Amino acid sequence: MGGQGVLLASAVLGSAALEEGKEVVMSELHGMAQRGGSVVATVRIGEGVLSPLIPSGGANLLLGFEPAESLRAIQCASKSTSIVVNVHPIVPIQVSLGLEAYPPVERILEEFARLSDLLYPIDALSVARESGSEMAVNSVLLGAVCAVKAFPLSKDTVQEELIRRVPRQSRNINETAFSLGHEKIRSLLSEQVQSPSTD
Amino acid sequence: MSDCSVAVLKAEGALLLLGNEAVARGCLEAGVKVAATYPGTPSSEVGTTLERVADKAGIYFEYSVNEKVAMEVCGAAAASGFRAFTFMKHVGLNVASDALMTLIYSGTRAGLVVMSADDPSCHSSQNEQDNRLFAKFAMMPMLEPSTPREAKEMTVEAFRLSEDLEMPVLLRTTTRVSHARGIVPLAPLRSDVPPRRFEKDPGRFVTIPANARANRLKLIARMKKALELSELSPFNFTSGRGKVGVITSGIAYTYAAEFLGEAEILKLGFTNPPPEKRIADFVSRKESVIVVEELEPYLEDEVLRIAKERGIATPIYGKRTGHLPRAFEFSPDTVLGLRSLVKVKDVPEALGPSSLRLPSRPPVLCAGCPHRATYYAVKLALGKREAVFSSDVGCYSLGIQPPLHTADFLLCMGSSVGAAGGVSQVTDQKVVAFIGDSTFFHAGVPGLINAVFNDHPFLLVILDNGTTAMTGHQPNPATGRDFGGKRTEGVDFEALVRGCGVHFVRTTDPFDIKKTKETVREALEFEGVSVVVAKHPCPLLLRKGKRLETFPHNIDQEKCVRCYTCVRKFSCPALSIKEEAVSIDPSLCIGCGCCAQVCPKGAIGVVR
Ligand code: SF4
Ligand code: SF4
Repeated sequence: MGGQGVLLASAVLGSAALEEGKEVVMSELHGMAQRGGSVVATVRIGEGVLSPLIPSGGANLLLGFEPAESLRAIQCASKSTSIVVNVHPIVPIQVSLGLEAYPPVERILEEFARLSDLLYPIDALSVARESGSEMAVNSVLLGAVCAVKAFPLSKDTVQEELIRRVPRQSRNINETAFSLGHEKIRSLLSEQVQSPSTD
Repeated sequence: MSDCSVAVLKAEGALLLLGNEAVARGCLEAGVKVAATYPGTPSSEVGTTLERVADKAGIYFEYSVNEKVAMEVCGAAAASGFRAFTFMKHVGLNVASDALMTLIYSGTRAGLVVMSADDPSCHSSQNEQDNRLFAKFAMMPMLEPSTPREAKEMTVEAFRLSEDLEMPVLLRTTTRVSHARGIVPLAPLRSDVPPRRFEKDPGRFVTIPANARANRLKLIARMKKALELSELSPFNFTSGRGKVGVITSGIAYTYAAEFLGEAEILKLGFTNPPPEKRIADFVSRKESVIVVEELEPYLEDEVLRIAKERGIATPIYGKRTGHLPRAFEFSPDTVLGLRSLVKVKDVPEALGPSSLRLPSRPPVLCAGCPHRATYYAVKLALGKREAVFSSDVGCYSLGIQPPLHTADFLLCMGSSVGAAGGVSQVTDQKVVAFIGDSTFFHAGVPGLINAVFNDHPFLLVILDNGTTAMTGHQPNPATGRDFGGKRTEGVDFEALVRGCGVHFVRTTDPFDIKKTKETVREALEFEGVSVVVAKHPCPLLLRKGKRLETFPHNIDQEKCVRCYTCVRKFSCPALSIKEEAVSIDPSLCIGCGCCAQVCPKGAIGVVR
């Protein structure tokens, strides 16, 4: 499930970049990795990009679909990376089996906040519900990521590429989800401007 | 994404393509007439793309029963004068190698290209063998793309090369090339292939010993010519400037080109035979040379030899000197680690790592997967009896995870059956082998015949989910085909198994757990080899075909006694425990009804 969302989002971002005439390379993983395991996709946009992978600390933006998985991927980020993360956890079966523990989401967010000043948490599931369907989580997150400062593409191109890929009957819901996601992060950003972080 | 599969027929311009889609496009631009494969990650999307466009593009495409057959189909098609393409994952080439090692002797008339998609880091594989060594072993020219764009260009060039040299050419990718997505400029499609006939030439194509000897000499002569072509190939080029030299190929080139500074790079795309003069010239001009390549020191050993033969004293660094690892795939971080030898790009300091302990998230069988139900029923049938589980390649190898633990031994495609014979013959343990429908046809049938022939007592469970699921739901001999303008009927398991000489064979629906348990219990009591076919379609396949009817279940919290049997013993990922109460995630549950059968209190039922 999460895996499909990651692949959809990266496909949308990649084709939006192509649409804007930018160079782009991406990496995805198929096969065994798609059976409920953690999935990482990378998108690199800019002149002369060749490597589909990102060095540690080399990401400008980290879009996390799940809190624990996002924290697992933290090493791709640096102090100057904007981090948008869905706070809704998907608990792995190992935890239900009682073999491992899932830390409280607040702890995960605290850890993020300890490491980075550019954290934008969002409850994408609630926002999706608000827009009319729990299935619209991906659209919420794509809208959200378009709002951060480091984002290199136009929000409209991303929205168009997204809407092109969703079934006709759920277009309205996904458009609402995209806009609501965008709004949520925009308001977080303006809060940040009003109260500069005191280190 | 599926929309690219049709987009791949676009006349001109550029497309954002997966490396594998770019290879498929290359086939269309090269005027390929025949393509055959057995699906395997990371090569599968070449097939899922060709499957959809074959009809329109006038190509004959098939999923062969295994890679060896695919190689034979393509080898013979190319000998008949048609360009042919066969592709597979790295371990698939092991299966195809029996045909390949001799095909390389008799050679080809029209272009014949073999693609091997290697899997460094074993993302979806049982080993990380470096098939560049196959090129060397077989004496086969090889091209190694670094990007989706090159993947397409090299596919087209490989056909030209193959016809020039009258021999098959290897196109070798890795996961990160096959599954990278990048911009690919398009060239015109070619589809005007005239009809041809197989022209007989037994002195060349019938490889009896006398002909093999003559072919062997021709092969050596062809490789000599290949070396000349490699020296001139535009796929071997230099870029950048500096006293330090870097020799690299494949995906490692993209890391070196972007993250190393003040170095001149010799990028090799035509890597067998490697261009000796170019390498010698390059190495002798440099103060030092680093060879940056994934897996085996394939180029590095060639560079060392070439330098030694010519008395070039430039120091050469790489895996042999311990500067680069031999195991697992590279990343930009790997080349950034070469700081002591060469200038590297500045990258901001990485955050973390976090000290918070995170739960692992291994891949698991999907919610509503029929394999889980089969495993559960087999374990019920065994009761307290211990058994050795001989597993095979497919989604169902995930039975290794807790709480099922239904995988004790696994080597390769079809090994479950042969290996079950080995254990059951020499120990007094009960042995149960599991094999998927597609895998059974691929390499399980000879193992079963062997078990009948030599009287090995074990139970073989064929997990028939009506598809080749792990690699993207391809059809297989049991389903028959229905694409590319051709429709065939499926092979009947019971008839096939009986025909092999097995006297106990039953088919059961694993979603009826009780009946499956009873069938398995009977099969376990049978003396000699017995077969149970557990037949139920993969829910993901049904969902793709929009044929999945879901009946979401929920839990009556009044009846539930929180014994957690459903979660801890059956472990469907749609089930979880929140604040001690068991709940079912409605977005995951397909309503197979198995957890309801497992619950001792009848607390689970369809949502009303
Ligand atoms: S098996 Fe039944 S009683 Fe036990 S936890 Fe599951 S639902 Fe509840
Ligand atoms: S009915 Fe039960 S076992 Fe089947 S998919 Fe739903 S939760 Fe899983």
